[in-house]
Amino acid sequence: MLRSAARQDWLPHAIVWLGIAVTAFPLYLAFVASTLTPQEIAQAPMPVLPGSQGPANYGAALFEGTTMRLSPPVISMMWNSLLMALVITFGKIAVSIVSAYAVVFFRFPGRMFFFWCIFITLMLPVEVRIMPTYEVVSDLKLINTFAGLTVPLIASATATLLFRQFFLTIPDEYVEAAKIDGAGPLRFFRDVVLPLSRTNIAALFVILFIYGWNQYLWPLLMATDKNLDTIVIGIKKMIGTGDALTEWHLVMATTVLAVLPPALVVILMQRWFVKGLVETEK
Amino acid sequence: MAKVEFRGVTKSFGEVKVIHGIDCAIDDGEFIVILGPSGCGKSTLLRIVAGLERATAGQVWIGGACVNDVDAKDRNIAMVFQNYALYPHMSVYDNMAYGLKIRGMAKADIERRVQEAAKMLELTPLLSRKPKQLSGGQRQRVAMGRAVVREPAAFLFDEPLSNLDAKLRVQTRLEIQKLHRRLKTTSLFVTHDQVEAMTLAQRIIVMNAGRVEQIGTPAAVYHRPQTTFVAGFIGAPPMNLLAGELSGDGSRFVTPGGSIALPIAQPALGGRRLILGIRPELLRAGGSALTATVEMVESLGADQHIHLRLGGQELILRTAEATQPEPGSALGLSFAPESVHWFDPQSTQRID
Amino acid sequence: MDRKVYFNNKALPYLLLAPQLAVTAVFFFWPAGQALFMSVLQQDPFGARVVFVGLENFAALIAEPDYLAAMWRTAWFSLAVTLLAMVPALLLAVMADRVARWATFYKTTLIVPYAIAPAVAGVLWLFMFNPAIGSVAWVMKSLGVDWNPTLNGTHAMWLVILASAWKQIAYNFLFFLAGLQSIPRSLLEAASIDGASEARKFWTVVFPLLSPTTFFLLVVNLVYAFFDTFGVVHAVTGGGPAKATEILVYKVYYDGVHALDLGSSSAQSVILMAIVIGLTFVQFRFIERKVHY
Repeated sequence: MLRSAARQDWLPHAIVWLGIAVTAFPLYLAFVASTLTPQEIAQAPMPVLPGSQGPANYGAALFEGTTMRLSPPVISMMWNSLLMALVITFGKIAVSIVSAYAVVFFRFPGRMFFFWCIFITLMLPVEVRIMPTYEVVSDLKLINTFAGLTVPLIASATATLLFRQFFLTIPDEYVEAAKIDGAGPLRFFRDVVLPLSRTNIAALFVILFIYGWNQYLWPLLMATDKNLDTIVIGIKKMIGTGDALTEWHLVMATTVLAVLPPALVVILMQRWFVKGLVETEK
Repeated sequence: MAKVEFRGVTKSFGEVKVIHGIDCAIDDGEFIVILGPSGCGKSTLLRIVAGLERATAGQVWIGGACVNDVDAKDRNIAMVFQNYALYPHMSVYDNMAYGLKIRGMAKADIERRVQEAAKMLELTPLLSRKPKQLSGGQRQRVAMGRAVVREPAAFLFDEPLSNLDAKLRVQTRLEIQKLHRRLKTTSLFVTHDQVEAMTLAQRIIVMNAGRVEQIGTPAAVYHRPQTTFVAGFIGAPPMNLLAGELSGDGSRFVTPGGSIALPIAQPALGGRRLILGIRPELLRAGGSALTATVEMVESLGADQHIHLRLGGQELILRTAEATQPEPGSALGLSFAPESVHWFDPQSTQRID
Repeated sequence: MDRKVYFNNKALPYLLLAPQLAVTAVFFFWPAGQALFMSVLQQDPFGARVVFVGLENFAALIAEPDYLAAMWRTAWFSLAVTLLAMVPALLLAVMADRVARWATFYKTTLIVPYAIAPAVAGVLWLFMFNPAIGSVAWVMKSLGVDWNPTLNGTHAMWLVILASAWKQIAYNFLFFLAGLQSIPRSLLEAASIDGASEARKFWTVVFPLLSPTTFFLLVVNLVYAFFDTFGVVHAVTGGGPAKATEILVYKVYYDGVHALDLGSSSAQSVILMAIVIGLTFVQFRFIERKVHY
């Protein structure tokens, strides 16, 4: 891009750094707090540089939970979050990719009707059907089960739409060449469509993993058993109401731990993720 | 290798009829070109043979059996697509082997066939590469290789040279000819380029708007076109076609822009409205059979194309002489009597 | 938009669609239908009696000052979050687009908040602004501001707005950046040759060409503010103090789970559904048109 004057070069950088500062500041504070003692935190203003309690705090949070056992050890919560996120991610990808394949590569009565059914679910986020969905899950005896936590979240219109959009761009010639080569639809799916979808699957992995890991309302409603708490729910529960003293050093340590896995996924898979996200919504 | 036959093949897409009943018998081992402008139905016809489309009426026979109800994969044909259709994530080797793998051929046999085809098409050093690492010409050779390994009853080529640049087109054309000479497989080749048709075909099927205009050898199609369409489509520059009326005694052909003196009178056709056809290279500058106005001169090195106007009609003279007539000047032209073709303006058919 | 070439199997497509349709039917349509159904019923808390009351729940809702207050609150909240999330994002995207060096680093760092759950974002800001120990709260107190989100409704609202917007900037930044990078360089060069300054180029060439992205993000941000911010409210204020931060989506939850008024909660769900459908409809209608130019 042609820049008018070299001396104006610093301005964009400066503004971006300002943005980064605003973005990073809350996270930085959280990190600092996770390395301090409760006393150091309670004494406002909090020190700006990290302290030495890091290993102790993280150790305590991970393996002991908060005193009064308001929350289970963070490591078990992280395990729950990880399992939930992975099941939701792989489940959604698997279910959506075959649905999209069916809708795009075949003609059958009811095809467009079923497609619209799936599409409409975009307009029905959990928040809009809170109570009735709870009822249904309860009737199916899935409350407080891992299945109840994950299965209802597996039918994703977004993933199906993304795959559909991509499948529509696969050149007709591949299908025809495959037909002449003798491949049936399942073979074609396995040998041609799936390998070609690698980038999309990678992008969706990131988006869905974060979605699964950050689930809040659903686990909140669904799981009263503490052992099923995910780390995101766990953090909220650690913040006591007024009277009980919040152990901020542990809360912040847990927060950092809660943010680390999804952030790492985003950072490491940034290229596919950005491409996939921008394409999903268009 | 097998015979391929069209018996009254018709195709409609909903209300729109795109192929109007085609009959043709193609011999075992013959290289036939289906030639026509865009939208004439030639690709559709090819795809019907391949089994990628169904004929609305009529039959397709391959190797002595009617294949109307046979799936593409069971027809024992191989196709070379315009856009190559190479699986982008598979290597050249895997692309060529895919059809054989699906048919359950033994690995050793696949290896042998692929290596043989690769040698034939000079693809051996490229076998482990992916399509995106290849040039257009190389990709097209891989597409041909994929067809060759199948050892099918017939090869179907769907405008395979259209995506190549001019120089590569000539090269690949020669490769295809060599391949046919060696393998002698029945081949159906679809193109809109009459040069490809003339150089590759043993016979040409000229199509226009879903109908067959003429089926014949390149020489027949060139020297004795059956319709004005064929006359105007074959040859570069195409045949000059002038509309007018023949005088009663058949000695003068009167056009709105001037009259043409015929070297030999045609009293049998006298008094009729006709279309006179004459190839640009058979016109001679000088002489007085007709006089036209020079519009533009295109110099191609070995040839000149001189564009002329006769009243409201255009004609082209092709000559090797280095004359450069002035645009706007009048130029007298003459021609030999046997160079003239006559067509009926209503039916567009040739009059012999 | 359909493919020209396809497979002819009869039973296979249904099999492939089955899992998604099954989950969709059981966990989306059935509950949505239930919500519609329950919204015209009134049930006493012990579930003993159920009475058909027609549109009474809806009428009661609209008459209820609490609900109307929640509606206005939500509207104001959504607007604030959307603006605060979009404007800085656009600014950052424009700046990030101009730099060549360190572009990847900038992009990666600015995207990280996308990975953070709204509830966690809420907790981070809660910590910063905690009247007793928060660092930012301390700064504000030293500047003479009597900061107390646990007692002051407006303060609480601002806290929730800021936390929600902060997290969403990352998402908007991504899309604005992609939109900017898809503008052909030749257009901007032509504008330069025509004599346009940077500012003029932005407002007369870039911004109009960015309008599909802007419109799209507007709708996405509104939907985010309406629904995904549940976690923020639940974690930070619990709807308080005294319902000051009770936005519609939180109210649905509270009335259903804590106040046990299923009829009202269902009616609220239905109204929310209508709003989403309206927003999504607008979004797709407009995006469709964008595709045509």
